[in-house]
Amino acid sequence: MKKIRFWSGDIAAAEGAIAAGCRFFAGYPITPASDIAEHMALRLPQENGIFIQMEDELASMAAILGASWGGAKVMTATSGPGFSLMQENIGLGAITETPCVVADVQRAGPSTGMPTLVGQGDVMQSRWGSHGDYETIVISPSSPQESFDLIIRAFNLAELYRVPVIFLMDECVAHMSERVVVPPKEKIEVVERLKPSMPPEQYMPFKPLNNIAPMAIAGMGYKIHVTGLTHNEKGYPQTTSTEVQEWMIRHICDKIRKNERKIRDIEEYEMDDAEIAVVSFGIAGRSAKAAVKIARKHGIKAGLIRLKTIWPFPEEYFENAADNIKKFIVAEINYGQVKLEVERSIHGKASVELLPKFGGAVHTPMEIYNKIKEAKNGN
Amino acid sequence: MEIEAEANPMDKYLRADRIPHIWCPGCGLGIVLNAFLHAIDELKIDMDELAIVSGIGCTGRIAGYINCDSYHTTHGRAIPFATGLRLANPEMKVVVISGDGDLFAIGGNHFIHAARRNIDITVIGVNNYNYGMTGGQLGPTTPLGARTTTSPYGNVEHPFNLCHVAHASGAVYVARWTVLHAVRLKNSIKEAMNKNGFSFIEVIAACPTTYGRRNKMPTGLDEMKYYREHSIIRHGIDPSQANIEIGKDIIVGKFIDIEKPTYSDAFEELKKRVKK
Ligand SMILES: Cc1ncc(C[n+]2csc(CCOP(=O)(O)OP(=O)(O)O)c2C)c(N)n1
Ligand code: SF4
Ligand SMILES: [Mg+2]
Repeated sequence: MKKIRFWSGDIAAAEGAIAAGCRFFAGYPITPASDIAEHMALRLPQENGIFIQMEDELASMAAILGASWGGAKVMTATSGPGFSLMQENIGLGAITETPCVVADVQRAGPSTGMPTLVGQGDVMQSRWGSHGDYETIVISPSSPQESFDLIIRAFNLAELYRVPVIFLMDECVAHMSERVVVPPKEKIEVVERLKPSMPPEQYMPFKPLNNIAPMAIAGMGYKIHVTGLTHNEKGYPQTTSTEVQEWMIRHICDKIRKNERKIRDIEEYEMDDAEIAVVSFGIAGRSAKAAVKIARKHGIKAGLIRLKTIWPFPEEYFENAADNIKKFIVAEINYGQVKLEVERSIHGKASVELLPKFGGAVHTPMEIYNKIKEAKNGN
Repeated sequence: MEIEAEANPMDKYLRADRIPHIWCPGCGLGIVLNAFLHAIDELKIDMDELAIVSGIGCTGRIAGYINCDSYHTTHGRAIPFATGLRLANPEMKVVVISGDGDLFAIGGNHFIHAARRNIDITVIGVNNYNYGMTGGQLGPTTPLGARTTTSPYGNVEHPFNLCHVAHASGAVYVARWTVLHAVRLKNSIKEAMNKNGFSFIEVIAACPTTYGRRNKMPTGLDEMKYYREHSIIRHGIDPSQANIEIGKDIIVGKFIDIEKPTYSDAFEELKKRVKK
């Protein structure tokens, strides 16, 4: 039977993670993500899982990678300063193809910034934060309900693609409490990672079979070597082979890039005949939706494109959308991040305008509506 | 004429396809590896249940040569990675083998906290008094006055006494040997791996290439001679009395061997108390 709950986004994300099978959480307290850790500390022992508060975010990220190789579904949660500290080991997760979910509950930055207030300034960092070429999947919920539903998807994608998935929340979504419908257990789709079944002498731990290599966890008897160095299909370091480097980078990037369409999750609202599209995500996406409603009341053909997955960026989607749109207004709580991606994707087919908020507050629907109105009037 | 090399009884524990190793002639790391392999051989460890985790450095390469599940992580983060692995998979024996810089400079915070929590892992810290991999820079164990590439006029920093750090942080087993004490080292590794909780062994190892050369011990043999002349065994001594200084005795031995509940023991207890 489904259950109705009144949860904050943080609690909903924690419960969603547990519903997805997360049984290992390592983290370090930071506003506005601490509620996730606190809820995990309460709930995981009940579910025969493990919660551990580490000494910092470097350790938290390393611990979840280790636990993932130990066989658990794993998660950590943090905010900007901690997310910055996690970046090196997010890269280790990417190169070793380790399934894990990292919730980054964004507050206004840079640095310590505005610890208790909203921001959406980590969009680029969630994709490019670690050094070198790699890909992540980045999911952004707009409500506690989506925090629950989409974090389950985050775990499923992490396991399916063997990749760190960033659950990019924001302070408002994390701290607001709303009705959350929790489906019955049997209605929740949960994906388990593919494990090898061939004899050890035939197993190549990093050789993809249909895009992804089966993952041998510790103790299965495969005796694998896992390294953050450039490695071949066997997992052995190959630190001077440009061929192996190319093969490996193509693999860790293309397994995501080539599946962009499958990973893509976008809410379209009033887009059928829209001439002006507001692009937004997270909490700003809700103001954007309200603004579109107001615009429609005034007879303006405006629509909403709300990104539930931000990375891999849906370039193809935007390029197609631009055939019918005169102007994109990108409403985000930063000084222009998704805006750059929209611009890049549409190849000049339409104009793109940024409607920034600098952190600490969410756009009001009227602010966004006024931009729509200006666009309509050709300003 | 072809000479057929006789198989070494330890070969079965190595990844033959990864040999030759990267280490320099005279490096102490081969002795550490050998002692470790003899220890697991005598302990009859099931290699399917052994995981080795290391950070980055010359020492960090040990994991990759041993034929078991092995994880070569990032610089300094072997211990938290091992913590996650051990907690998520309690069937595994988890051993961290890494360098002095990796474990005590960039990763120092993780060392003290894993010891404090009494995470059930064995840490073998190879102390070669410098950063071997990156060309012989100053590290947290470089003795006062020693010359390294970043202390060309002699080191002015006070070094860590690693066994004292381990003891103060809560380790249940603490021992120090040099690579000259290969058999004692092996015995200590066996004891440490049989301990329930956070066990630590410091191994003082020759690094002729980047350390010895600059400190009047240009070959591995010179360093071994130094250990023979200067090391004295003092089991049970308070580790705070075992600082390392150039020209003074190196005190080695088993310093600490105590019992206390591990993190896993305590967490299992907690889970039993928690009713859904
Ligand atoms: C974050 C980061 N900083 C610096 C380095 C460069 N680096 C690689 S190994 C190493 C020091 C290794 O020294 P130690 O741990 O003592 O190992 P040894 O080589 O002496 O065995 C450093 C600084 C790195 N790999 N990662
Ligand atoms: S640099 Fe030093 S520690 Fe590294 S392999 Fe050479 S001798 Fe050994
Ligand atoms: Mg060293």
